[in-house]
Amino acid sequence: MDVVVWSRIQFAVTAAYHWLFVPLTLGLALVMAIMETLYVVKKDEFWKKTAQFWIKLFAINFAVGIATGIILEFEFGTNWSNYSWFVGDMFGAPLAIEGILAFFMEATFFAVMFFGWDKVSKKFHLASTWLTGIGATISAYWILVANGWMQNPVGTTFNPDTVRSEMASAAAFWEVVTNPVAVSKFCHSVTSGWVTGGIFVVGVSAWYLLKGRQKTFAVRSMLIGGIVGLVGSALVMLSGDSSGVHAAEFQPMKLAAAEGLEDGGKGVAFTIVPGVKVPHVLSFLATHDWNGYVPGINDILNGYTDNKGNVVPSVADKMQMGRKAIDALAQYRELRLTNPEAAAEARAVLEENVQYMGYGHLEKVEDVIPPVGIVFWAFRFMIGLGMLVALVLLLATWFSWKEKIEPKRWLLWAAIVCIPLTYIAGQCGWIVAEVGRQPWTIQGLLPVNVAISSLSAGAVKTTFFIFLAVFALFLAIEIRILIGAIRKGPEVEPEKL
Amino acid sequence: MTYTLLQNYWWCLIALLGGLLVFLMFVQGANLHLGNRSLSDLQKRMILNSTGRKWELTFTTLVTFGGAFFASFPLFYSTSFGGAYWVWILLLISFVFQAVSYEFQNKKENLLGVKTFRVALMANGLLAPFLVGTAVGTFFTGSDFTVNKVAIADPSAPVISSWGNAWHGLEALGQFHAVLLGLAVMMLTAILGALYILNNVDDKEISAQMHRSIKMLTLPFLCFFLLWLTILLLKEGYAVSPDDNIYMEPFKYLHNLLQMPAVLIMLIVGVVLVLYSLYLGIFTPSRKGIWFAGPGTVLVVMAVFFLAGFNNTAYYPSYTDLQSSLTLSNSSSSYFTLKVMSIVSLLIPFVLAYIAYAWHSMDRKRISKEEIAETPDKY
Repeated sequence: MDVVVWSRIQFAVTAAYHWLFVPLTLGLALVMAIMETLYVVKKDEFWKKTAQFWIKLFAINFAVGIATGIILEFEFGTNWSNYSWFVGDMFGAPLAIEGILAFFMEATFFAVMFFGWDKVSKKFHLASTWLTGIGATISAYWILVANGWMQNPVGTTFNPDTVRSEMASAAAFWEVVTNPVAVSKFCHSVTSGWVTGGIFVVGVSAWYLLKGRQKTFAVRSMLIGGIVGLVGSALVMLSGDSSGVHAAEFQPMKLAAAEGLEDGGKGVAFTIVPGVKVPHVLSFLATHDWNGYVPGINDILNGYTDNKGNVVPSVADKMQMGRKAIDALAQYRELRLTNPEAAAEARAVLEENVQYMGYGHLEKVEDVIPPVGIVFWAFRFMIGLGMLVALVLLLATWFSWKEKIEPKRWLLWAAIVCIPLTYIAGQCGWIVAEVGRQPWTIQGLLPVNVAISSLSAGAVKTTFFIFLAVFALFLAIEIRILIGAIRKGPEVEPEKL
Repeated sequence: MTYTLLQNYWWCLIALLGGLLVFLMFVQGANLHLGNRSLSDLQKRMILNSTGRKWELTFTTLVTFGGAFFASFPLFYSTSFGGAYWVWILLLISFVFQAVSYEFQNKKENLLGVKTFRVALMANGLLAPFLVGTAVGTFFTGSDFTVNKVAIADPSAPVISSWGNAWHGLEALGQFHAVLLGLAVMMLTAILGALYILNNVDDKEISAQMHRSIKMLTLPFLCFFLLWLTILLLKEGYAVSPDDNIYMEPFKYLHNLLQMPAVLIMLIVGVVLVLYSLYLGIFTPSRKGIWFAGPGTVLVVMAVFFLAGFNNTAYYPSYTDLQSSLTLSNSSSSYFTLKVMSIVSLLIPFVLAYIAYAWHSMDRKRISKEEIAETPDKY
């Protein structure tokens, strides 16, 4: 395999691994902040001990999240050198702002939250707990602004003098920050974190109930976890809907792949699983119109007319225009200092075709099709598991509210099983979002094969296996420590172990 | 605001973040003292918990330093990170292990035992400052790379920045001058660590050990640093002509120092502050040395960055192809990006203020044997 493939595998594994720790951070932060607020408002020691227990688990998870986040940041430079130059002007800014606005907040107040119980006032401590979660959420916003821009690169122009995509104006930054793809991605990712945090608390509490330990603690934790998870589930569905509309508008190939839709049209049916279809539903989900036009893979390859009446050229035509742009760029660079007139001509050709320059880097038409099978099934697992988890959350919340959860042993077991299922759903979500946009690092502008660093495949392969070993080791230790801390229990109620 | 002004402003911020990073690597330096055989396990645990409440700030500063460099001078990020691959990967792995070592170290389920994670912290304590120092050292010695922006139009070899050798950065370990700076930074952070422990941990034996360590580390630190500085001021440097041509100028960095009196003053004040902290650490029982060494370190590092980047100097030079060298103007982000980020950067004082406030609230009580025994959550 070549360096492009190894670089992709390495980045994919790092991102997926990082995404194992982030959702729990986002969700658990909310749960424990609510619990500590109850402690401060009700002045009940029970809630303090309860919050402290979940904060302990939060801390174990947090460290690995931080450790893997920095790897992603470094890998942009180490393995995606061309990418870093080509879009650093657009992509770097949200990353730097994330550092300044979010990371320091998280780091500073995490330390106060974890070590400060008897060092700072109750209210300062409560503020710190909230600020840790808010910092993590702000961080999610900025990194998803960066990611959203990769999916829908707004506010940028190509500058042939510097050979990169640049911020078109100071106002363009506002476009980047309010990019609809970024906004719905943020909502979808953060609220899916609430689901993860919620089901984690519900599942762990269920384990205590099954063991007959810490009953009050477990039922009350379960209620709060259940509510957070349920609210999260509802918002995940809402934001998932707008993600679908955005995919249809900005990344039709991703949608076609997620649906396995070879030939599109108007009033297209939604495929639940192969062979089971619901008429008109895909059109409605994609365009909010039962008869809206949704292009299939072949339509995108061959060209089509979209819902607004815009004619979208075939991929072959785009590739041809893209190559024209690339040739014109090379010409412009050669002539710009010696022959300004000819350079101006080359620049005009470049500007005419620049919109499709990314396509000029592709080798063949089929390169624009992502791995359909993976995206199709990941999409279905994400939705199916997400709905199952929402149902379990609903039942767990209801029965813990009524204080009738304890005898429902099947539900308690289901809640525990739902913890890994939620993680699988989250990972599937990333697969849909990231595998679904292949081959683009930046949609339409920069495919993976020209985004890389000038390294040997062997070098990247080596670091990949190093990272893989480190990740496996950390995951094993993290799970063992989490299980150990859960077994030990929250020390809320006296018990014989 | 002109483009040049914005580029210079961002170089100042990069220098500031670099200075803060080296100062905050007192965490790494302090962890080196976990290897001190005269200290008991409990005393080591006190040190561990002392740095354990600060390490995230160092880590965050590193991440922000990287992010800010990426955002303001992306050609450096793409050229250096993608080129000096192994240096950055090594640094990365040492920090990744450091990040989990606090949380994992004293848990019985950690699979590898206490010692492994303690060694990981000490390895990070040696490697991180050494690699960062050596990497900054190459700002003055140059590196083996070429930059060809039109390469992106060539499907067979589309990468703009390419490294000239398969060592991918490790060859810097053969550059005496760069390595000297790496060693100096390593010694400095070990001293900063000792000064920090003196101030933060309330234990007579530990304090005595720290005073001893400072005494032992001072001479090698001064030797490495002064030798590095002397060579720097005598060597030729990478200058930029008004028409953006890069050429070698004898005594370039000496000229920079003399032509920028503000930088000269920063360097002198910084060095004096560090020397004063060394005096306090060696000859007096005072525990306040860190208050002088900290700002001193920041000033010296900033001065070093200014020498590398200002006064028509190429801050990340290529000895393979002089014209590929990176300057503030040819490697920076666009005018609008720098402008937007500059506005955001106005929040930095606010960030520093809340960090200082939180830090102050947490450190009112120094770490002692009793404090460790009473604290419910500890590493």
